[in-house]
Amino acid sequence: MARKLIIDGKEIEAEDTLTLLQACEQAGAEIPRFCYHERLSVAGNCRMCMVEWVGAPKPQVSCSLQVKDIFPNKDGTPAKINTNSPVAKKAREGVMEFLLINHPLDCPICDQGGECDLQDQAMGYGRANFHRFHENKRAVEDKYMGPLIKTAMNRCIQCTRCVRFATEVAGVPDLGATGRGEDMEITTYLEKAFSSELSGNVVDLCPVGALTSKPYSYNARPWELKHTESIDIMDAQGCNTRIDTRGRSVLRVLPRLNEEINEEWLHDKGRHIWDGLGRQRLDRPYVRKNGKLQAASWHDAFALIAAKAKATKPERMAAIVGDLAAAEEIKALKDLMTSLGVINLDCRQEGATLGGARPSYLFNTSIAGVEAADALLLIGCNPRWEAPVLNARIRKTWLAGALQVANLGLAVDLTYPAAELGTDIATLEALADGSHPFAEVLRNAKRPMLILGTGALARKDGAAVLYRAAKIARETGMIGPAGTAAEGGWNGFNVLHTAASRVAALDLGFVPGPEGRDVTGIIDGAQKGEIDFIYLLGADELPLETMGRPFVVYQGSHGDAGASYADVILPGSAFSEKDGLFANFEGRVQEAPRAVFPPGEAKEDWAILRALSEELKHPLPYDTLEALRRVLVAELPQYGALGTLPRHEGADPALWGALGAEGPLAIDVPLAAAIGDYYLTNAIARASLVMADCSRILLHDGQTKMAAE
Amino acid sequence: MAYLDKKARQIFLWEFVQAFFLSMRYFFAPKMTLNYPYEKSPLSPRFRGEHALRRYANGEERCIACKLCEAICPAQCIVIEAEPRDDGSRRTTRYDIDMTKCIYCGYCQEACPVDAIVEGPNLEFATETREELFYDKAKLLANGDRWERAIAKNIELDAPYR
Repeated sequence: MARKLIIDGKEIEAEDTLTLLQACEQAGAEIPRFCYHERLSVAGNCRMCMVEWVGAPKPQVSCSLQVKDIFPNKDGTPAKINTNSPVAKKAREGVMEFLLINHPLDCPICDQGGECDLQDQAMGYGRANFHRFHENKRAVEDKYMGPLIKTAMNRCIQCTRCVRFATEVAGVPDLGATGRGEDMEITTYLEKAFSSELSGNVVDLCPVGALTSKPYSYNARPWELKHTESIDIMDAQGCNTRIDTRGRSVLRVLPRLNEEINEEWLHDKGRHIWDGLGRQRLDRPYVRKNGKLQAASWHDAFALIAAKAKATKPERMAAIVGDLAAAEEIKALKDLMTSLGVINLDCRQEGATLGGARPSYLFNTSIAGVEAADALLLIGCNPRWEAPVLNARIRKTWLAGALQVANLGLAVDLTYPAAELGTDIATLEALADGSHPFAEVLRNAKRPMLILGTGALARKDGAAVLYRAAKIARETGMIGPAGTAAEGGWNGFNVLHTAASRVAALDLGFVPGPEGRDVTGIIDGAQKGEIDFIYLLGADELPLETMGRPFVVYQGSHGDAGASYADVILPGSAFSEKDGLFANFEGRVQEAPRAVFPPGEAKEDWAILRALSEELKHPLPYDTLEALRRVLVAELPQYGALGTLPRHEGADPALWGALGAEGPLAIDVPLAAAIGDYYLTNAIARASLVMADCSRILLHDGQTKMAAE
Repeated sequence: MAYLDKKARQIFLWEFVQAFFLSMRYFFAPKMTLNYPYEKSPLSPRFRGEHALRRYANGEERCIACKLCEAICPAQCIVIEAEPRDDGSRRTTRYDIDMTKCIYCGYCQEACPVDAIVEGPNLEFATETREELFYDKAKLLANGDRWERAIAKNIELDAPYR
């Protein structure tokens, strides 16, 4: 039901479900606030959002006053609300004066200075050049909140946004408030680190400088930074980010609002790997001479590769794409390798058996679609580590209503209750033939979904797992009419990738041709001496130590595992240094534009491959990034429609029937985790000191794990 | 009558006589010129000369790397880089002023919340090379140490008007 209100002389109709603050915003009024946040519950404790309700004895706190409680005047005219009247103004000035009584006013040394809500609102709504508080200010001891959050608790205004975020969104109730009145303090109770993968978000939420980013501390001021709207590639979700740079260095990464993907959250790995972008960089080509890598020129490196490639038969060559490659270079490498006749191509470093029809390897429900689900089966996947922001969305769905979750795989704290089905893969068989009790739950659910994780797909019997998952999806009615969840269609079959490049590589068909070898085949072949030439495009997550001594070309940005086994190193760009397209696990293509320039002699990856193709006498048919993108879009139209979600085809038996292979399951192998250490999953994260700190403190109890162990 | 008066002045070269006496008066009056550099004119406490970074009495540098001077500088001649010092306090690792770009407007000292960067009374800092005018943090702190008494005196004198 809607109700008429006159806000600042403007008559509007506001829904009963809104709060007065939201109604005022609808009317175009700007209401200052500290504790109120759109995505958190209403606390109503900062009192900054007071407005005048004409006729009411006192100013009203608009964030916690609901429209349905505002009754019309006695003569039947709509209630009059003033947001800028002398009453409202005086109320705000009073609140601001109270807030500043205990605020240290150390803006010059505060990292929030320049982007501080309290600073801005004190300028906008406070009284100028006025103070009458000459007593001592409150002093609070700083708290320890882990390696990412720096605290200066004197500055805290007790809005409790961080506490509400930890409890409601992150689902890790580590933060809380002790004491009352002036003695209220925000604390982790036991001086422990805030152990959530979303902990960095409390820094964004804090309206003052009480919680600031520890790695970024004292580095820069907000007005010095150049902003580049980018996306995060630390997991496959493609969270929208803003990369802040100064000069040639990336100084921080912040989330950007995108309701369909990350709302306004960002996980800690995406937010804090920026220091890894400046460390361990490959900034010039290297060539191995007498067993040692020596700096070389681009020309020498290309000449050596060309000589080796000419001397090697195509069937003895292979190429593997790593986790952080953009679609452009995958396309360039595919075209180059195809022109050389190489069929041993693979992008699935972990060994999953995916490929073929696009819906069979996508997260079809879509991230926003999760909110419509009412039953969820997790198979070999830990969304809390593999896609923390998606996990927050699942938690949000669980909080909002009746989402029943079952977890087939390692029992972990997902931040919402899940029926633990154990790690026995035989349970999957029971779910597939409908004899398991949870199969009944899925059948009865209106919009059931399953998420198939890398931990299940990377098994030796991955194809059989995929087959059974598809069977569950078909038989429990997960695959409904065509369209997106918003359009009324439903597809509950989801594959959760962990690598940002994977969907693009699968789209481009970077998988072994018929008779071709997959990743395991390539490594085995190299060990047996059947593969002599391997081209690694940023591939570091391979068991390279077992592969004997083939000729390895490593093209990538960081000196990680792959580079140490390479015979030739071609220095590429990290995601922040090139214009790249990335498809997230939903199949949504987004662009990560260049924020800074690559270091030293490093070049954009597609350009390296283009130059190399010239040297190999198989020149690629594009000279510019635009031309490359045109070819890419001609092949895959989805890559021309940035940011849009693919529609799924609906219940097509031809597509969904042929998924996987009906082999036996390896009953004796329990389901394992796909990620061993959330903070160290790729070359950039492993180069980051901040991530190493996080891993040590949050996952290994403060013990340093040495490389030799 | 006026006509005769004018003609009489012309005949007796009255303007010349006047000019002669004026010259003589200045000839014997005390001189305005100074024997620089042995003599110097007085400077206002608000004089904006060479920059200096000041310290507290206990030797701690005042600058807290808030970067307000860098932000306000209209000539953009200040470059600051900062990071936490070992004791956790906020300090600059780099504080450069390009004195060739500086227009001596004094905004930096107005912006400074801790009176760290000041334009001192020194105006004699001409150098032989351009490079010597690119001041770094050490040079600015040394300036502060050298001119502290004069700077403190100037700030004290100017304080009643702020």
